[in-house]
Amino acid sequence: MNIRIKNGHLIDPKNNIDGRHDLFIMDGRVAAVGIAPADFVAQQVVDATNLVVAPGLIDLAARLREPGYEYKATLESEMNAAVAGGITILACPPDTDPPLDEPGLVEMLKHRARELNKARVYPVGALTYGLKGVELTEMAELADAGCIAFSQADAAITDTRVLMRSMQYAATFGFSVWLRPQDSFLARDGVAHDGEVATRLGLPAIPVCAETIALATMLQLARETGVRLHVCRISSADGVALVRAAKQQGMPITCDVSANHVHLSEMDIGFFDAHCHLVPPLRSLRDRDALRAGLLDGSIDAICSDHSPVDEDAKQLPFAEAEAGATGLELLLPLALKWARQERRPIADGLARITHQPAQILGLDAGHLSVGSIADVCVFDPDVFWQIKPAALSSQGKNTPFLGVELQGRVCYTLIRGQLVYQFQPKHGQ
Amino acid sequence: MNNPQLNKHGELQHLLSTEGLSASILFKILDKADSFLNVAEGREIKKLPLLHGISIFNIFFENSTRTRTTFEIAAKRLSADVVNLNISSSSASKGESLLDTVDNLCAMHADMFVVRHAQSGAAHLIARHVAPEIHVINAGDGRHAHPTQALLDMFTIRYYKKEFHNLRVAIVGDILHSRVARSQIHALTTLGVPEVRVIAPKTLLPGCVDKLGVRVFHDLAAGLRDVDVVMMLRLQNERMQGAILPSAQEYFKYYGLTQEKLALARSDAIVMHPGPMNRGVEIDSSVADGAQSVILPQVTFGIAVRMAVMSTLAGVG
Repeated sequence: MNIRIKNGHLIDPKNNIDGRHDLFIMDGRVAAVGIAPADFVAQQVVDATNLVVAPGLIDLAARLREPGYEYKATLESEMNAAVAGGITILACPPDTDPPLDEPGLVEMLKHRARELNKARVYPVGALTYGLKGVELTEMAELADAGCIAFSQADAAITDTRVLMRSMQYAATFGFSVWLRPQDSFLARDGVAHDGEVATRLGLPAIPVCAETIALATMLQLARETGVRLHVCRISSADGVALVRAAKQQGMPITCDVSANHVHLSEMDIGFFDAHCHLVPPLRSLRDRDALRAGLLDGSIDAICSDHSPVDEDAKQLPFAEAEAGATGLELLLPLALKWARQERRPIADGLARITHQPAQILGLDAGHLSVGSIADVCVFDPDVFWQIKPAALSSQGKNTPFLGVELQGRVCYTLIRGQLVYQFQPKHGQ
Repeated sequence: MNNPQLNKHGELQHLLSTEGLSASILFKILDKADSFLNVAEGREIKKLPLLHGISIFNIFFENSTRTRTTFEIAAKRLSADVVNLNISSSSASKGESLLDTVDNLCAMHADMFVVRHAQSGAAHLIARHVAPEIHVINAGDGRHAHPTQALLDMFTIRYYKKEFHNLRVAIVGDILHSRVARSQIHALTTLGVPEVRVIAPKTLLPGCVDKLGVRVFHDLAAGLRDVDVVMMLRLQNERMQGAILPSAQEYFKYYGLTQEKLALARSDAIVMHPGPMNRGVEIDSSVADGAQSVILPQVTFGIAVRMAVMSTLAGVG
């Protein structure tokens, strides 16, 4: 099928394109930018007047909750949420039930996702069996089954020898290891940043050194083993400084941050708002500003949604007992745009951190609209404001700290492999 | 951010914390408690008809004898109907959620809840959930707040010291885990106490505690020097686990209040304790039972203060 997306403002950060260009799609791939190829006849025309035409978004962390947690969300609901958020490629962490530690589970997930014909799903395999931090998984087998990297999700490996060996083994095959730095002893029972708000509210706290100690260990072991390390969900100023210094020394590490942490701080907990119970915890304003600066100077490569849909009952509990996490797939674009706008950077800078930069972390040739590349496209209105409310979200999870907030920028069309898979239609009550 | 304790007219709707309440609201409660003191002490009539026909549910998800009893006495002296529920031994163990329990009690026409819960924020959660005509009193939530204890402490201080603006007050002990300490600190600073000190080893202090407007001391002798009020905190036995403290003996030696240490405070200093006390751990018996101790009057005042809180929320008296 030939599609022409006309009159749009095409922004392709990787190729430094930022202007009024039509996009021509043929057989699921980008056929041309600007001028129609000879003998191109459009069978479908998408009018993108006043809209931005961008590469499909890439999310490094989206929990789809299958298998095991279908009461929180299903693959179907979350894949719909992904395309409603303009996301065409996503990586999902291994903390399902059971965890993604067997090739059969990974194949099943990939198969189920393929059948839905929405975003392409790249599972991140478990680094250790059951995420228990004791025995290594069959990483090579898991990679053959479709795992793109290996991680512990939010479970730490407390035994540093196991951590080192898991890195050595992954490095043997050139696999990358994705780890969220948190010392499990220092973080034990903690639910909020060890700062003014936790002290005021009497919430068990997680100190910044829980992040920096684990991060320093990881960096040292990555240096030692030569593994490709991706640091997930950095949360503190001191953590960003460690990543920055390691990069300056030439270490081939990458780093992401959750979209929530780019905008929120411990202050947003207010009077025990359980929607702000997140992992890692929202830290101080100074930490948040350092995360934003880290995104600017390249210390942090990507913004992810850290999508974690939680069922309503699990949030209707006292703060510490409420389940951590926030829905995020549909907020990734507006939150990345908000960061760029607030930092007085062009839209392209916001998009780079949710398109080709995460693609590089995944090792995929994606997140751009080069001629010949797969036509994953996100067409959005950068100016429209919309209120975040349950009815406006496709995700089964309605839990987000941004409930009630008006955000700017909304997806109008999503194309995957040159097929229109999502078109915005106002729902009841909007 | 709206203060969830106040209604749209700025009046007290719930009592969840001493934080965020104005001095005038706190003083009004203390003044009202003054007027109830005689009733509480039983010098005149034992009962007032102020809360006649009002149903007060004491819902305690955590064990307590003293607090629950004083709330019950206070409610009965105001002629309210009181129902005591010890939830740890009923619905919660059958898997009913906190808000389901509350909904059920609302359906039984509760007018006021007195809530104690092991989790910080539980009273806020309930207050957000209930219908606007229902009032919630926080009788202690996790490490967060215990506002009626703090108010009875303020009442006690004013009873003996008359004013707040010329006082040095020291709070001694397990600040980290203490809802009482947090509520005391907010109340003291709001009422104009110029110097509030906290005295504890570093393992018993939360991060950024100085941001609460207190001076931090790690040495008991230095911290007690020239203070007018010493507020002791209970030390839970489980603090000896988890590498917080080595032993009760060592704690008593360095942070226990003895006559010798108390002598460093002003000669007319008063000694307070929210109870129950661990004699020989945080306080020596000679101090607890000594001339400067006002620990038992605190309990008596607690009834008058809780009567004042309940009648203020109900908008009577």
